[in-house]
Amino acid sequence: MSAEGLLSVRDLRVGFATEGGLLQAVDGVSFDVRPGEVVAIVGESGSGKSVTAQTMIGLTRSKNSRIEGSVKLDGEELIDADDATMRRLRGERIAMIFQDPMTSFNPVYRLGDQIVEAIRAHKGEVDKGEARKRVVELFESVGIPNAERRVDSYPHEFSGGMRQRAMIAMALALEPEVLIADEPTTALDVTIQAQILRLLEDLNRQHGLATILITHDLGVVAEVADRVLVMYAGRVVEQGTLDEIFYDPQHPYTWGLMGSLTRLDRPRPHRLPQIAGSPPSLLDLPEGCPFRPRCPHEFSKCSQDPGLEVRLPDVPDHRDRCWLTPEQKREKRQVEGQIGLEAPQEAPRA
Amino acid sequence: MLRFILRRLVGMVIVLFVVSILVFLIFNVIPNSPPAQRLAGKNATPVLVKSIEEEWGFDKSLPEQYVTMMKKVFTNELIQYSPRTSVEDRIVEGIPATLSLSIGAGIIWLSLGLFLGYLSAIRAGGWLDRILTGLAVAGISIPVFLLAPVLIYFLTYKLEIFPNGGYVKLTEDPWEWLTHLILPWFTLAVLSIGFYSRVLRSNMLDVMNEDYVRTARAKGLSERRVMTRHVLRNSLIPITTLFGLDFGATIAGTAIITEVLYNIEGIGLYAAESIGKLELPPIMGITLYGAFFVVFINALVDIAYAYLDPRVRLGSTAR
Repeated sequence: MSAEGLLSVRDLRVGFATEGGLLQAVDGVSFDVRPGEVVAIVGESGSGKSVTAQTMIGLTRSKNSRIEGSVKLDGEELIDADDATMRRLRGERIAMIFQDPMTSFNPVYRLGDQIVEAIRAHKGEVDKGEARKRVVELFESVGIPNAERRVDSYPHEFSGGMRQRAMIAMALALEPEVLIADEPTTALDVTIQAQILRLLEDLNRQHGLATILITHDLGVVAEVADRVLVMYAGRVVEQGTLDEIFYDPQHPYTWGLMGSLTRLDRPRPHRLPQIAGSPPSLLDLPEGCPFRPRCPHEFSKCSQDPGLEVRLPDVPDHRDRCWLTPEQKREKRQVEGQIGLEAPQEAPRA
Repeated sequence: MLRFILRRLVGMVIVLFVVSILVFLIFNVIPNSPPAQRLAGKNATPVLVKSIEEEWGFDKSLPEQYVTMMKKVFTNELIQYSPRTSVEDRIVEGIPATLSLSIGAGIIWLSLGLFLGYLSAIRAGGWLDRILTGLAVAGISIPVFLLAPVLIYFLTYKLEIFPNGGYVKLTEDPWEWLTHLILPWFTLAVLSIGFYSRVLRSNMLDVMNEDYVRTARAKGLSERRVMTRHVLRNSLIPITTLFGLDFGATIAGTAIITEVLYNIEGIGLYAAESIGKLELPPIMGITLYGAFFVVFINALVDIAYAYLDPRVRLGSTAR
């Protein structure tokens, strides 16, 4: 990760002042996204992946949030940009797709009108008729049948999959450079998921979008991602290319995620493997490695915080936060012939 | 949409029919004394009571009595007996005053309530919000029978800004109409201004957390547009229902105290007088009139609701 990408995030930290103290939701996240590339951010709920995404377009700004670090779009710093600048940028240069298409459209306006509103918010000179024509084209390009008629439908008249297509159409309306997809397929059933992913992949290739895909679903990651960031408790615990993460994962948390995947090509396990315990409270992180309480491979060195460093000498782009040596990792991650995280010896202290 | 309106109107007729039966039961059947005696009034002669009994058919079956009563209502033959005047004529005479009072108050409380509620919501937690909250609670807590005398005392007797009660027809003198109504309007509106601003504020704070508001921001809309087109617009839907109920109730009865206090010759004042003199026919007529307005305005509100929220439309025309 030597060259800066179109979107470049450096040491991003987002905290929220709460009654219980400062909640550090994102703690030192750095990555780059280049045009035509899909970077996936993976992690369980509360790991900070959505906050990272929303901070990039200024949606987490508020009186009680503390945002530090740097987010640069094409060299322009966004973290301290004023609200008007951010507003112009949202939708026009960085577009976002949200998780639940059921609730992400305003129920009282026609879908077409909501997209027209987005176009005209940035291009006031485009008249309504013209904008509407553009919406029809967009609907066609994302595979909504009867586009001409469907632009006049209300959100509740669309199925979940169609609504997500409309959401993607809206995101593409102003031909953005960066697309942030926050769990775009989570609320959809599996066949529709595949269609939506295919669509995102095609559009990514056609328009050369720099895409950030946020998900907890490794299946989705395997389908479309070029590079992967694994997040845990607000930090990146491992990052690398898709192949590295899937075939040579270095962090026990990643092993746990891999191990809890069900696979069609293996005999069905008696019980689905899981990562013991639950994520730590962000207000009360354990000292040292935050994954330590849930990790069966914990040893004395884990009480010191492992930095996100290159730990595989021949793979300079791969970084992780685990003190084990690469040899130890290769040995320990083998559980019943595949990558996984074995059950902890003692009860987890989470 | 047309079907929705039709269905709603049919529903309205059914409700009114049920109300008329209830009125009939309450006034003519349930009380344990001869109904003719009560209809005739306190100091009626036996001859009058006898004639009323025949006129209303109190010796016939209940369904026949009901039909007789409704016939009277619809043919302007519902009369009060001392002095002998048509109830419907009195109600029709009172309608302009009552409507002037209620509609004016309704406009004031809706616009001020929404304006203050909106300010409160977009400044939630700030000093303006705190002040408005205090004012709203004060407005909700002051009873009309206290507020009106205080206003009359200071603004009419002491400062002589406003005329002392009464009602002037809009067609006679619009300026006098206005000055006579300003105090009654505010007296009637103060409670609702406070209440509506609180309700709108909490609705808006709820809506602000909706996913589609985040979407609106992510589209790059200005904060003002997000607040008005998305947050306020969706917060108004429950307000519509509330306004329908309150406005109907105001025309049908809440205005009584205000009309009495400011001596406005509307239906409320007529009702208060009739109750004082135990005149049954006017009370019967006013009850039916009140029910009609409540039901009619609620039907209008439902239609407005369907216009504001497209999901309601679908529910009723899907099949």
